[in-house]
Amino acid sequence: MNFDDLFRGFEELTITGLAQGSVYALVALGYTLVYGVLRLINFAHSEVFMFGTFAAVWIWGVMGFDADSSRPAVWLALLLILVAMVFAALVSGGVAMLVEVSAYRPLRKRNAPPLAFLITAIGASFVLLEFMALPFMSDRRQIGMPPMLPTAPIISVGGWEVNPLQLMTIVVALVMMFSLDWFVNKTKFGRGIRAVAQDANTAALMGVNKSRVILLVFLLGGLMAGVAAVLASMRTGYTRFNIGFFLGIKAFSAAVLGGIGNLRGALLGGLLLGLIENYGAALFGTEWKDAISFLVLVALLMFRPTGLLGESLGRARA
Amino acid sequence: MLLEIDNITLLYGRIQALHGISMQVEQGEIVALIGANGAGKSTTMRAISGLRPIASGRIMFEGEDISNVRADLRVIRGISQSPEGRGVFPGMTVRENLDMGAYTRKDSAAIAQDLDRVMDLFPRLKERERQQGGTLSGGEQQMLAVGRALMSRPKLLLLDEPSMGLAPMLIQQIFTIITEINQQGTTVLVVEQNAQQALSRAHRAYVLETGNIVKSGTGPDLLHDPAVKAAYLGVA
Ligand SMILES: Nc1ncnc2c1ncn2[C@@H]1O[C@H](COP(=O)(O)OP(=O)(O)OP(=O)(O)O)[C@@H](O)[C@H]1O
Ligand SMILES: [Mg+2]
Repeated sequence: MNFDDLFRGFEELTITGLAQGSVYALVALGYTLVYGVLRLINFAHSEVFMFGTFAAVWIWGVMGFDADSSRPAVWLALLLILVAMVFAALVSGGVAMLVEVSAYRPLRKRNAPPLAFLITAIGASFVLLEFMALPFMSDRRQIGMPPMLPTAPIISVGGWEVNPLQLMTIVVALVMMFSLDWFVNKTKFGRGIRAVAQDANTAALMGVNKSRVILLVFLLGGLMAGVAAVLASMRTGYTRFNIGFFLGIKAFSAAVLGGIGNLRGALLGGLLLGLIENYGAALFGTEWKDAISFLVLVALLMFRPTGLLGESLGRARA
Repeated sequence: MLLEIDNITLLYGRIQALHGISMQVEQGEIVALIGANGAGKSTTMRAISGLRPIASGRIMFEGEDISNVRADLRVIRGISQSPEGRGVFPGMTVRENLDMGAYTRKDSAAIAQDLDRVMDLFPRLKERERQQGGTLSGGEQQMLAVGRALMSRPKLLLLDEPSMGLAPMLIQQIFTIITEINQQGTTVLVVEQNAQQALSRAHRAYVLETGNIVKSGTGPDLLHDPAVKAAYLGVA
Protein backbone atom coordinates (compact mmCIF):
# COMPACT_ATOMS: atom_id res chain seq x y z
CA MET A 1 0.00 0.00 0.00
CA ASN A 2 1.21 3.39 -0.93
CA PHE A 3 -0.22 6.02 1.35
CA ASP A 4 2.27 8.56 0.07
CA ASP A 5 0.72 8.53 -3.38
CA LEU A 6 -2.73 8.83 -1.92
CA PHE A 7 -1.88 11.82 0.24
CA ARG A 8 0.29 13.60 -2.27
CA GLY A 9 -2.21 13.26 -5.05
CA PHE A 10 -5.32 13.57 -2.89
CA GLU A 11 -6.71 16.73 -4.46
CA GLU A 12 -6.14 15.56 -8.00
CA LEU A 13 -7.47 12.08 -7.28
CA THR A 14 -10.60 13.59 -5.80
CA ILE A 15 -11.31 15.86 -8.75
CA THR A 16 -10.59 13.14 -11.32
CA GLY A 17 -12.70 10.74 -9.32
CA LEU A 18 -15.65 13.13 -9.14
CA ALA A 19 -15.47 13.83 -12.88
CA GLN A 20 -15.27 10.15 -13.75
CA GLY A 21 -17.97 9.42 -11.18
CA SER A 22 -20.28 11.98 -12.79
CA VAL A 23 -20.08 10.04 -16.04
CA TYR A 24 -20.81 6.79 -14.21
CA ALA A 25 -23.76 8.42 -12.52
CA LEU A 26 -25.26 9.71 -15.76
CA VAL A 27 -25.03 6.29 -17.36
CA ALA A 28 -26.19 4.58 -14.15
CA LEU A 29 -29.45 6.54 -14.38
CA GLY A 30 -30.36 4.62 -17.53
CA TYR A 31 -29.93 1.28 -15.80
CA THR A 32 -31.78 2.43 -12.73
CA LEU A 33 -34.75 3.96 -14.55
CA VAL A 34 -35.37 0.87 -16.66
CA TYR A 35 -34.85 -1.42 -13.70
CA GLY A 36 -37.17 0.63 -11.53
CA VAL A 37 -40.01 0.33 -14.00
CA LEU A 38 -39.43 -3.06 -15.63
CA ARG A 39 -37.22 -4.97 -13.19
CA LEU A 40 -34.95 -5.51 -16.15
CA ILE A 41 -31.20 -5.02 -16.46
CA ASN A 42 -30.89 -3.42 -19.86
CA PHE A 43 -27.49 -4.72 -20.91
CA ALA A 44 -27.81 -2.89 -24.21
CA HIS A 45 -27.47 0.39 -22.32
CA SER A 46 -23.67 0.28 -22.65
CA GLU A 47 -24.16 0.30 -26.42
CA VAL A 48 -26.64 3.15 -26.16
CA PHE A 49 -23.71 5.03 -24.62
CA MET A 50 -21.35 3.82 -27.36
CA PHE A 51 -23.68 5.15 -30.06
CA GLY A 52 -23.54 8.51 -28.33
CA THR A 53 -19.76 8.67 -28.68
CA PHE A 54 -19.97 7.88 -32.40
CA ALA A 55 -22.73 10.44 -32.83
CA ALA A 56 -20.37 13.05 -31.40
CA VAL A 57 -17.50 12.05 -33.70
CA TRP A 58 -19.81 12.09 -36.66
CA ILE A 59 -21.43 15.46 -36.04
CA TRP A 60 -18.05 17.06 -35.33
CA GLY A 61 -16.74 15.49 -38.54
CA VAL A 62 -19.64 16.95 -40.49
CA MET A 63 -18.79 20.36 -39.06
CA GLY A 64 -15.18 19.93 -40.14
CA PHE A 65 -13.50 18.87 -36.91
CA ASP A 66 -11.57 15.64 -36.52
CA ALA A 67 -8.66 14.29 -34.52
CA ASP A 68 -6.18 16.24 -36.62
CA SER A 69 -7.90 19.59 -36.24
CA SER A 70 -6.33 22.18 -34.03
CA ARG A 71 -8.04 23.23 -30.86
CA PRO A 72 -10.88 25.69 -31.62
CA ALA A 73 -11.42 28.94 -29.76
CA VAL A 74 -13.20 28.48 -26.45
CA TRP A 75 -16.52 29.94 -27.54
CA LEU A 76 -16.52 27.73 -30.63
CA ALA A 77 -15.56 24.67 -28.59
CA LEU A 78 -18.46 25.32 -26.22
CA LEU A 79 -20.82 25.66 -29.15
CA LEU A 80 -19.49 22.47 -30.76
CA ILE A 81 -19.86 20.58 -27.50
CA LEU A 82 -23.40 21.80 -27.05
CA VAL A 83 -24.32 20.70 -30.56
CA ALA A 84 -22.67 17.32 -30.01
CA MET A 85 -24.45 16.83 -26.69
CA VAL A 86 -27.85 17.53 -28.17
CA PHE A 87 -27.17 15.32 -31.17
CA ALA A 88 -25.63 12.47 -29.17
CA ALA A 89 -28.48 12.63 -26.65
CA LEU A 90 -31.00 12.31 -29.47
CA VAL A 91 -29.12 9.44 -31.11
CA SER A 92 -28.68 7.56 -27.83
CA GLY A 93 -32.27 8.24 -26.86
CA GLY A 94 -33.38 6.98 -30.25
CA VAL A 95 -31.29 3.82 -30.02
CA ALA A 96 -32.60 3.14 -26.52
CA MET A 97 -36.20 3.48 -27.71
CA LEU A 98 -35.44 1.29 -30.71
CA VAL A 99 -34.15 -1.46 -28.42
CA GLU A 100 -37.30 -1.22 -26.31
CA VAL A 101 -39.67 -1.32 -29.27
CA SER A 102 -37.90 -4.00 -31.27
CA ALA A 103 -36.53 -6.26 -28.53
CA TYR A 104 -38.39 -5.92 -25.23
CA ARG A 105 -41.90 -4.90 -26.22
CA PRO A 106 -42.57 -8.05 -28.29
CA LEU A 107 -41.50 -10.14 -25.30
CA ARG A 108 -43.88 -8.29 -23.00
CA LYS A 109 -46.72 -8.86 -25.44
CA ARG A 110 -46.07 -12.59 -25.14
CA ASN A 111 -45.67 -12.51 -21.36
CA ALA A 112 -42.15 -13.89 -21.64
CA PRO A 113 -40.38 -15.01 -18.45
CA PRO A 114 -37.63 -12.81 -16.96
CA LEU A 115 -34.89 -15.06 -18.30
CA ALA A 116 -36.01 -14.37 -21.87
CA PHE A 117 -35.61 -10.65 -21.21
CA LEU A 118 -32.15 -11.16 -19.83
CA ILE A 119 -30.94 -13.14 -22.83
CA THR A 120 -32.58 -10.66 -25.18
CA ALA A 121 -30.82 -7.80 -23.41
CA ILE A 122 -27.46 -9.46 -23.96
CA GLY A 123 -28.41 -10.23 -27.55
CA ALA A 124 -29.48 -6.65 -28.23
CA SER A 125 -26.18 -5.49 -26.81
CA PHE A 126 -24.23 -7.68 -29.25
CA VAL A 127 -26.34 -6.64 -32.20
CA LEU A 128 -25.61 -2.98 -31.53
CA LEU A 129 -21.94 -3.70 -30.91
CA GLU A 130 -21.48 -5.52 -34.19
CA PHE A 131 -23.59 -2.99 -36.03
CA MET A 132 -20.90 -0.44 -35.24
CA ALA A 133 -17.96 -2.83 -35.46
CA LEU A 134 -18.59 -4.61 -38.76
CA PRO A 135 -19.55 -2.27 -41.56
CA PHE A 136 -18.21 1.02 -40.33
CA MET A 137 -14.81 0.04 -39.14
CA SER A 138 -13.71 -3.20 -40.63
CA ASP A 139 -10.38 -3.13 -38.86
CA ARG A 140 -12.10 -2.27 -35.58
CA ARG A 141 -9.66 0.52 -34.91
CA GLN A 142 -10.33 3.40 -32.62
CA ILE A 143 -11.41 6.80 -33.84
CA GLY A 144 -9.83 9.91 -32.35
CA MET A 145 -11.85 12.81 -31.01
CA PRO A 146 -11.04 16.36 -32.09
CA PRO A 147 -9.47 18.44 -29.33
CA MET A 148 -12.03 20.78 -27.77
CA LEU A 149 -11.51 22.47 -24.42
CA PRO A 150 -8.21 23.93 -23.26
CA THR A 151 -6.44 21.69 -20.76
CA ALA A 152 -4.96 24.28 -18.41
CA PRO A 153 -6.69 24.43 -15.01
CA ILE A 154 -9.56 26.88 -14.86
CA ILE A 155 -9.86 26.76 -11.07
CA SER A 156 -6.78 26.66 -8.91
CA VAL A 157 -7.14 27.04 -5.15
CA GLY A 158 -4.38 25.67 -2.95
CA GLY A 159 -3.65 22.21 -4.23
CA TRP A 160 -7.06 21.94 -5.88
CA GLU A 161 -6.90 22.25 -9.65
CA VAL A 162 -9.85 21.72 -11.90
CA ASN A 163 -9.51 21.74 -15.68
CA PRO A 164 -12.34 22.98 -17.92
CA LEU A 165 -13.45 19.51 -18.98
CA GLN A 166 -13.66 18.29 -15.39
CA LEU A 167 -15.63 21.34 -14.40
CA MET A 168 -17.96 20.93 -17.33
CA THR A 169 -18.42 17.23 -16.66
CA ILE A 170 -19.35 17.68 -13.04
CA VAL A 171 -21.61 20.67 -13.65
CA VAL A 172 -23.42 19.22 -16.66
CA ALA A 173 -23.92 15.88 -14.96
CA LEU A 174 -25.35 17.51 -11.84
CA VAL A 175 -27.68 19.72 -13.86
CA MET A 176 -28.91 16.76 -15.91
CA MET A 177 -29.45 14.65 -12.81
CA PHE A 178 -31.32 17.29 -10.88
CA SER A 179 -33.51 18.00 -13.90
CA LEU A 180 -34.32 14.32 -14.18
CA ASP A 181 -35.06 14.10 -10.48
CA TRP A 182 -37.39 17.07 -10.78
CA PHE A 183 -39.07 15.61 -13.85
CA VAL A 184 -39.73 12.27 -12.18
CA ASN A 185 -40.87 13.68 -8.85
CA LYS A 186 -42.70 16.83 -9.81
CA THR A 187 -44.29 16.51 -13.22
CA LYS A 188 -47.32 14.60 -14.38
CA PHE A 189 -45.28 12.41 -16.73
CA GLY A 190 -42.94 11.66 -13.87
CA ARG A 191 -45.88 10.66 -11.73
CA GLY A 192 -46.93 8.31 -14.50
CA ILE A 193 -43.47 6.72 -14.43
CA ARG A 194 -43.59 6.26 -10.67
CA ALA A 195 -47.10 4.85 -10.89
CA VAL A 196 -46.07 2.17 -13.37
CA ALA A 197 -42.97 1.40 -11.29
CA GLN A 198 -45.02 0.98 -8.13
CA ASP A 199 -48.03 -0.90 -9.51
CA ALA A 200 -48.46 -1.30 -13.26
CA ASN A 201 -52.02 -2.64 -13.11
CA THR A 202 -53.32 0.13 -10.92
CA ALA A 203 -51.49 2.64 -13.12
CA ALA A 204 -53.49 1.31 -16.08
CA LEU A 205 -56.67 1.82 -14.04
CA MET A 206 -55.66 5.47 -13.68
CA GLY A 207 -55.44 5.74 -17.46
CA VAL A 208 -51.64 5.56 -17.69
CA ASN A 209 -50.44 4.13 -20.99
CA LYS A 210 -47.80 1.67 -19.84
CA SER A 211 -46.11 1.28 -23.21
CA ARG A 212 -45.70 5.01 -23.52
CA VAL A 213 -44.27 5.31 -20.02
CA ILE A 214 -41.77 2.56 -20.74
CA LEU A 215 -40.75 4.22 -23.98
CA LEU A 216 -40.29 7.50 -22.10
CA VAL A 217 -38.09 5.77 -19.55
CA PHE A 218 -35.83 4.38 -22.26
CA LEU A 219 -35.70 7.79 -23.89
CA LEU A 220 -34.69 9.51 -20.64
CA GLY A 221 -31.98 6.94 -19.96
CA GLY A 222 -30.73 7.35 -23.52
CA LEU A 223 -30.61 11.14 -23.27
CA MET A 224 -28.47 10.92 -20.15
CA ALA A 225 -26.17 8.34 -21.75
CA GLY A 226 -25.74 10.48 -24.86
CA VAL A 227 -24.60 13.49 -22.85
CA ALA A 228 -22.34 11.25 -20.79
CA ALA A 229 -20.87 9.89 -24.02
CA VAL A 230 -19.75 13.33 -25.17
CA LEU A 231 -18.21 14.15 -21.79
CA ALA A 232 -16.49 10.78 -21.48
CA SER A 233 -15.05 10.66 -24.97
CA MET A 234 -13.57 14.14 -24.67
CA ARG A 235 -11.62 12.76 -21.77
CA THR A 236 -10.49 9.50 -23.34
CA GLY A 237 -9.82 11.28 -26.63
CA TYR A 238 -11.10 8.44 -28.78
CA THR A 239 -13.94 6.01 -29.19
CA ARG A 240 -14.21 2.39 -30.22
CA PHE A 241 -17.07 0.02 -30.95
CA ASN A 242 -16.60 -1.60 -27.55
CA ILE A 243 -16.03 1.57 -25.54
CA GLY A 244 -19.31 1.02 -23.73
CA PHE A 245 -18.41 -2.35 -22.34
CA PHE A 246 -16.35 -1.46 -19.31
CA LEU A 247 -18.09 1.80 -18.71
CA GLY A 248 -21.41 -0.02 -18.79
CA ILE A 249 -20.29 -2.46 -16.14
CA LYS A 250 -18.97 0.37 -13.99
CA ALA A 251 -22.14 2.40 -14.35
CA PHE A 252 -24.26 -0.62 -13.59
CA SER A 253 -22.16 -1.23 -10.47
CA ALA A 254 -22.65 2.39 -9.51
CA ALA A 255 -26.40 1.92 -9.84
CA VAL A 256 -26.27 -1.18 -7.64
CA LEU A 257 -23.96 0.53 -5.16
CA GLY A 258 -26.38 3.42 -4.68
CA GLY A 259 -29.45 1.17 -4.77
CA ILE A 260 -30.74 0.16 -8.19
CA GLY A 261 -34.09 1.71 -9.00
CA ASN A 262 -33.15 4.80 -7.01
CA LEU A 263 -32.32 7.97 -8.94
CA ARG A 264 -30.41 9.68 -6.15
CA GLY A 265 -28.71 6.38 -5.47
CA ALA A 266 -27.31 6.45 -9.00
CA LEU A 267 -25.77 9.85 -8.32
CA LEU A 268 -24.31 8.77 -5.01
CA GLY A 269 -23.13 5.41 -6.35
CA GLY A 270 -21.52 6.98 -9.40
CA LEU A 271 -19.58 9.62 -7.49
CA LEU A 272 -18.49 7.13 -4.83
CA LEU A 273 -17.34 4.62 -7.40
CA GLY A 274 -15.31 7.30 -9.18
CA LEU A 275 -13.63 8.30 -5.93
CA ILE A 276 -13.01 4.77 -4.67
CA GLU A 277 -11.47 3.82 -7.97
CA ASN A 278 -9.04 6.68 -7.96
CA TYR A 279 -8.07 6.46 -4.32
CA GLY A 280 -7.74 2.70 -4.67
CA ALA A 281 -5.52 3.01 -7.71
CA ALA A 282 -3.21 5.35 -5.83
CA LEU A 283 -3.16 3.10 -2.83
CA PHE A 284 -2.68 -0.27 -4.48
CA GLY A 285 -1.44 0.58 -7.97
CA THR A 286 -3.29 1.39 -11.16
CA GLU A 287 -3.58 -2.25 -12.19
CA TRP A 288 -5.96 -2.71 -9.23
CA LYS A 289 -8.23 0.13 -10.24
CA ASP A 290 -11.09 -1.98 -11.58
CA ALA A 291 -10.75 -4.77 -9.06
CA ILE A 292 -11.00 -2.39 -6.11
CA SER A 293 -14.30 -0.90 -7.14
CA PHE A 294 -15.82 -4.33 -7.48
CA LEU A 295 -14.41 -5.47 -4.15
CA VAL A 296 -16.03 -2.50 -2.50
CA LEU A 297 -19.29 -3.27 -4.28
CA VAL A 298 -19.30 -6.89 -3.17
CA ALA A 299 -18.39 -5.94 0.38
CA LEU A 300 -21.14 -3.34 0.53
CA LEU A 301 -23.77 -5.66 -0.86
CA MET A 302 -23.00 -8.16 1.87
CA PHE A 303 -24.06 -5.59 4.45
CA ARG A 304 -26.66 -3.67 2.47
CA PRO A 305 -28.09 -5.97 -0.19
CA THR A 306 -30.28 -3.19 -1.62
CA GLY A 307 -27.41 -0.73 -1.98
CA LEU A 308 -26.74 2.46 -0.06
CA LEU A 309 -30.10 4.14 -0.52
CA GLY A 310 -32.25 1.10 -1.31
CA GLU A 311 -34.66 0.81 -4.18
CA SER A 312 -37.14 3.62 -4.36
CA LEU A 313 -38.69 4.25 -7.75
CA GLY A 314 -40.82 1.19 -7.13
CA ARG A 315 -41.54 1.69 -3.47
CA ALA A 316 -40.82 4.65 -1.28
CA ARG A 317 -40.04 8.04 -2.67
CA ALA A 318 -37.99 8.25 -5.86
CA MET B 1 -77.96 1.10 -21.16
CA LEU B 2 -74.63 2.28 -19.77
CA LEU B 3 -72.94 -1.10 -19.43
CA GLU B 4 -74.01 -4.30 -21.08
CA ILE B 5 -72.10 -7.51 -20.54
CA ASP B 6 -73.04 -10.17 -23.00
CA ASN B 7 -72.16 -13.78 -22.28
CA ILE B 8 -68.49 -13.25 -21.42
CA THR B 9 -66.01 -15.97 -20.54
CA LEU B 10 -62.58 -15.43 -19.08
CA LEU B 11 -59.60 -17.72 -18.63
CA TYR B 12 -56.63 -17.63 -16.29
CA GLY B 13 -54.35 -19.90 -18.26
CA ARG B 14 -56.34 -23.10 -18.40
CA ILE B 15 -58.60 -22.24 -15.49
CA GLN B 16 -61.94 -20.85 -16.61
CA ALA B 17 -63.05 -18.20 -14.13
CA LEU B 18 -66.16 -16.86 -15.90
CA HIS B 19 -68.56 -19.18 -17.70
CA GLY B 20 -70.71 -16.93 -19.84
CA ILE B 21 -71.85 -14.03 -17.70
CA SER B 22 -74.45 -11.51 -18.81
CA MET B 23 -75.48 -8.45 -16.85
CA GLN B 24 -76.57 -4.87 -17.39
CA VAL B 25 -76.10 -1.61 -15.57
CA GLU B 26 -78.42 1.29 -16.31
CA GLN B 27 -77.41 4.91 -16.16
CA GLY B 28 -77.90 6.20 -12.60
CA GLU B 29 -78.12 2.82 -10.87
CA ILE B 30 -76.25 1.24 -8.02
CA VAL B 31 -75.82 -2.40 -8.92
CA ALA B 32 -74.33 -4.90 -6.49
CA LEU B 33 -72.49 -8.09 -7.34
CA ILE B 34 -72.38 -10.60 -4.52
CA GLY B 35 -71.03 -14.11 -4.21
CA ALA B 36 -68.77 -16.37 -2.20
CA ASN B 37 -64.97 -16.22 -2.18
CA GLY B 38 -63.59 -17.25 -5.53
CA ALA B 39 -66.93 -16.88 -7.31
CA GLY B 40 -65.43 -14.55 -9.90
CA LYS B 41 -66.52 -11.13 -8.68
CA SER B 42 -63.13 -9.47 -8.94
CA THR B 43 -62.56 -11.26 -12.22
CA THR B 44 -65.75 -9.71 -13.58
CA MET B 45 -64.52 -6.29 -12.47
CA ARG B 46 -61.16 -6.86 -14.17
CA ALA B 47 -62.94 -7.83 -17.36
CA ILE B 48 -64.97 -4.62 -17.30
CA SER B 49 -62.01 -2.37 -16.54
CA GLY B 50 -59.87 -4.17 -19.08
CA LEU B 51 -57.14 -5.50 -16.82
CA ARG B 52 -57.88 -8.99 -18.10
CA PRO B 53 -58.92 -9.85 -21.66
CA ILE B 54 -62.11 -11.83 -22.11
CA ALA B 55 -62.04 -15.08 -24.09
CA SER B 56 -65.48 -14.69 -25.66
CA GLY B 57 -68.58 -12.57 -25.41
CA ARG B 58 -68.91 -8.82 -25.55
CA ILE B 59 -68.68 -5.82 -23.26
CA MET B 60 -70.65 -2.80 -24.41
CA PHE B 61 -70.25 0.65 -22.86
CA GLU B 62 -72.53 3.46 -23.94
CA GLY B 63 -73.55 1.33 -26.89
CA GLU B 64 -70.01 0.69 -28.11
CA ASP B 65 -68.14 -2.59 -28.02
CA ILE B 66 -65.13 -2.05 -25.74
CA SER B 67 -64.11 -5.70 -25.47
CA ASN B 68 -60.78 -5.01 -27.17
CA VAL B 69 -60.11 -1.54 -25.82
CA ARG B 70 -57.03 -1.20 -23.59
CA ALA B 71 -57.61 -0.58 -19.87
CA ASP B 72 -56.09 2.91 -19.90
CA LEU B 73 -58.37 3.93 -22.77
CA ARG B 74 -61.44 2.62 -20.95
CA VAL B 75 -60.60 5.12 -18.20
CA ILE B 76 -60.80 7.90 -20.75
CA ARG B 77 -64.20 6.58 -21.83
CA GLY B 78 -65.43 6.93 -18.26
CA ILE B 79 -64.86 3.65 -16.44
CA SER B 80 -62.98 3.92 -13.18
CA GLN B 81 -62.13 1.04 -10.88
CA SER B 82 -61.08 0.97 -7.29
CA PRO B 83 -59.32 -2.39 -7.32
CA GLU B 84 -59.51 -5.18 -4.80
CA GLY B 85 -56.70 -4.78 -2.28
CA ARG B 86 -56.96 -1.02 -2.89
CA GLY B 87 -53.91 -0.54 -5.11
CA VAL B 88 -52.78 2.63 -3.35
CA PHE B 89 -49.40 3.77 -4.72
CA PRO B 90 -47.24 3.25 -1.64
CA GLY B 91 -44.50 5.69 -2.58
CA MET B 92 -46.81 8.57 -3.41
CA THR B 93 -48.42 10.97 -1.00
CA VAL B 94 -52.17 10.99 -0.50
CA ARG B 95 -52.33 14.07 -2.68
CA GLU B 96 -50.26 12.47 -5.43
CA ASN B 97 -52.44 9.38 -5.33
CA LEU B 98 -55.52 11.55 -5.79
CA ASP B 99 -53.81 13.41 -8.61
CA MET B 100 -53.19 10.04 -10.26
CA GLY B 101 -56.95 9.57 -10.30
CA ALA B 102 -57.23 12.65 -12.51
CA TYR B 103 -54.33 11.56 -14.72
CA THR B 104 -56.34 11.55 -17.95
CA ARG B 105 -58.01 14.89 -17.32
CA LYS B 106 -56.89 18.32 -18.42
CA ASP B 107 -59.61 20.55 -16.97
CA SER B 108 -57.59 21.78 -14.00
CA ALA B 109 -60.36 23.99 -12.57
CA ALA B 110 -62.79 21.07 -12.44
CA ILE B 111 -60.06 18.80 -11.06
CA ALA B 112 -59.52 21.21 -8.18
CA GLN B 113 -63.26 21.15 -7.52
CA ASP B 114 -63.35 17.36 -7.48
CA LEU B 115 -60.36 17.32 -5.17
CA ASP B 116 -62.29 19.49 -2.74
CA ARG B 117 -65.29 17.23 -3.06
CA VAL B 118 -63.24 14.12 -2.26
CA MET B 119 -61.63 15.88 0.68
CA ASP B 120 -65.12 16.78 1.91
CA LEU B 121 -66.29 13.20 1.56
CA PHE B 122 -63.20 11.92 3.36
CA PRO B 123 -61.94 14.58 5.79
CA ARG B 124 -59.41 12.03 6.97
CA LEU B 125 -57.63 12.25 3.64
CA LYS B 126 -57.31 15.99 3.94
CA GLU B 127 -55.56 15.66 7.29
CA ARG B 128 -53.11 13.20 5.75
CA GLU B 129 -52.55 14.93 2.44
CA ARG B 130 -48.75 14.79 2.66
CA GLN B 131 -48.47 11.29 4.09
CA GLN B 132 -47.12 8.44 1.94
CA GLY B 133 -49.84 6.10 0.73
CA GLY B 134 -47.98 3.05 1.98
CA THR B 135 -48.03 4.29 5.56
CA LEU B 136 -51.80 4.86 5.76
CA SER B 137 -53.93 2.48 7.80
CA GLY B 138 -55.96 -0.09 5.91
CA GLY B 139 -59.16 1.87 6.28
CA GLU B 140 -57.49 5.10 5.20
CA GLN B 141 -56.09 3.35 2.14
CA GLN B 142 -59.60 2.19 1.31
CA MET B 143 -60.89 5.75 1.49
CA LEU B 144 -58.00 6.87 -0.67
CA ALA B 145 -58.74 4.20 -3.26
CA VAL B 146 -62.40 5.18 -3.46
CA GLY B 147 -61.59 8.88 -3.50
CA ARG B 148 -58.99 8.39 -6.18
CA ALA B 149 -61.44 6.45 -8.35
CA LEU B 150 -63.79 9.43 -8.11
CA MET B 151 -61.09 11.82 -9.28
CA SER B 152 -61.46 10.64 -12.86
CA ARG B 153 -65.07 11.82 -12.74
CA PRO B 154 -66.24 8.46 -14.03
CA LYS B 155 -69.52 7.64 -15.68
CA LEU B 156 -69.25 4.19 -14.22
CA LEU B 157 -67.55 3.61 -10.90
CA LEU B 158 -66.42 0.05 -10.17
CA LEU B 159 -65.83 -0.66 -6.50
CA ASP B 160 -64.31 -3.99 -5.52
CA GLU B 161 -65.06 -4.57 -1.85
CA PRO B 162 -64.98 -0.96 -0.66
CA SER B 163 -65.79 -1.99 2.89
CA MET B 164 -62.95 -4.49 3.20
CA GLY B 165 -61.05 -4.03 6.44
CA LEU B 166 -63.22 -1.18 7.68
CA ALA B 167 -64.70 -0.88 11.14
CA PRO B 168 -68.51 -1.33 11.25
CA MET B 169 -69.07 2.38 11.63
CA LEU B 170 -66.89 3.14 8.64
CA ILE B 171 -68.67 0.51 6.56
CA GLN B 172 -71.90 2.35 7.20
CA GLN B 173 -70.18 5.57 6.28
CA ILE B 174 -68.65 4.33 3.06
CA PHE B 175 -72.00 3.05 1.85
CA THR B 176 -73.57 6.37 2.69
CA ILE B 177 -70.88 7.98 0.59
CA ILE B 178 -71.56 5.55 -2.25
CA THR B 179 -75.23 6.50 -2.14
CA GLU B 180 -74.25 10.17 -2.11
CA ILE B 181 -71.93 9.79 -5.09
CA ASN B 182 -74.70 7.98 -6.90
CA GLN B 183 -77.19 10.73 -6.18
CA GLN B 184 -74.69 13.22 -7.61
CA GLY B 185 -74.98 11.29 -10.88
CA THR B 186 -72.36 8.54 -10.91
CA THR B 187 -73.44 5.02 -11.81
CA VAL B 188 -71.96 2.44 -9.46
CA LEU B 189 -71.23 -1.26 -9.76
CA VAL B 190 -70.12 -2.59 -6.40
CA VAL B 191 -68.73 -5.97 -5.37
CA GLU B 192 -69.28 -6.79 -1.73
CA GLN B 193 -68.80 -9.49 0.86
CA ASN B 194 -71.03 -7.44 3.07
CA ALA B 195 -74.19 -8.52 1.26
CA GLN B 196 -76.52 -7.00 3.83
CA GLN B 197 -75.24 -3.48 3.23
CA ALA B 198 -74.82 -3.91 -0.49
CA LEU B 199 -78.30 -5.28 -1.07
CA SER B 200 -80.00 -2.67 1.05
CA ARG B 201 -78.22 0.15 -0.80
CA ALA B 202 -78.36 -1.22 -4.34
CA HIS B 203 -81.16 -0.74 -6.82
CA ARG B 204 -80.43 -4.13 -8.31
CA ALA B 205 -78.06 -6.99 -7.69
CA TYR B 206 -76.60 -10.11 -9.25
CA VAL B 207 -75.49 -13.25 -7.44
CA LEU B 208 -72.40 -14.93 -8.80
CA GLU B 209 -71.53 -18.57 -8.13
CA THR B 210 -68.41 -20.25 -9.53
CA GLY B 211 -68.33 -18.10 -12.59
CA ASN B 212 -72.07 -18.09 -13.34
CA ILE B 213 -74.83 -15.63 -12.56
CA VAL B 214 -77.34 -17.67 -10.60
CA LYS B 215 -79.77 -14.99 -9.54
CA SER B 216 -80.63 -11.37 -10.11
CA GLY B 217 -83.25 -8.96 -8.93
CA THR B 218 -83.86 -5.74 -7.08
CA GLY B 219 -81.91 -5.19 -3.88
CA PRO B 220 -84.91 -5.62 -1.57
CA ASP B 221 -86.07 -8.76 -3.41
CA LEU B 222 -82.73 -10.48 -2.96
CA LEU B 223 -82.50 -9.28 0.59
CA HIS B 224 -85.60 -11.31 1.35
CA ASP B 225 -84.80 -14.28 -0.88
CA PRO B 226 -84.47 -17.37 1.33
CA ALA B 227 -81.58 -18.89 -0.64
CA VAL B 228 -79.64 -15.62 -0.61
CA LYS B 229 -80.37 -15.19 3.08
CA ALA B 230 -79.02 -18.64 3.83
CA ALA B 231 -75.93 -18.36 1.67
CA TYR B 232 -74.83 -14.74 2.01
CA LEU B 233 -76.59 -13.08 4.86
CA GLY B 234 -75.77 -15.62 7.52
CA VAL B 235 -79.42 -16.12 8.42
CA ALA B 236 -80.92 -19.59 8.27
N1 LIG C 1 -54.38 -14.42 -11.62
C1 LIG C 1 -55.06 -15.57 -11.47
N2 LIG C 1 -54.56 -16.74 -11.93
C2 LIG C 1 -55.25 -17.90 -11.81
N3 LIG C 1 -56.42 -17.99 -11.24
C3 LIG C 1 -56.99 -16.87 -10.76
C4 LIG C 1 -56.33 -15.60 -10.86
N4 LIG C 1 -57.13 -14.67 -10.30
C5 LIG C 1 -58.23 -15.33 -9.87
N5 LIG C 1 -58.14 -16.64 -10.14
C6 LIG C 1 -59.15 -17.65 -9.85
O1 LIG C 1 -60.39 -17.28 -10.44
C7 LIG C 1 -61.46 -17.52 -9.56
C8 LIG C 1 -62.24 -16.24 -9.32
O2 LIG C 1 -61.42 -15.34 -8.59
P1 LIG C 1 -61.90 -13.89 -8.17
O3 LIG C 1 -60.74 -13.16 -7.65
O4 LIG C 1 -62.64 -13.28 -9.29
O5 LIG C 1 -62.90 -14.24 -6.98
P2 LIG C 1 -63.78 -13.27 -6.10
O6 LIG C 1 -65.20 -13.61 -6.36
O7 LIG C 1 -63.39 -11.87 -6.28
O8 LIG C 1 -63.38 -13.77 -4.65
P3 LIG C 1 -63.12 -12.94 -3.29
O9 LIG C 1 -64.45 -12.71 -2.67
O10 LIG C 1 -62.33 -13.88 -2.46
O11 LIG C 1 -62.41 -11.71 -3.64
C9 LIG C 1 -60.85 -18.10 -8.30
O12 LIG C 1 -61.02 -19.50 -8.34
C10 LIG C 1 -59.41 -17.74 -8.37
O13 LIG C 1 -58.60 -18.73 -7.77
MG1 LIG D 1 -62.46 -10.49 -5.12
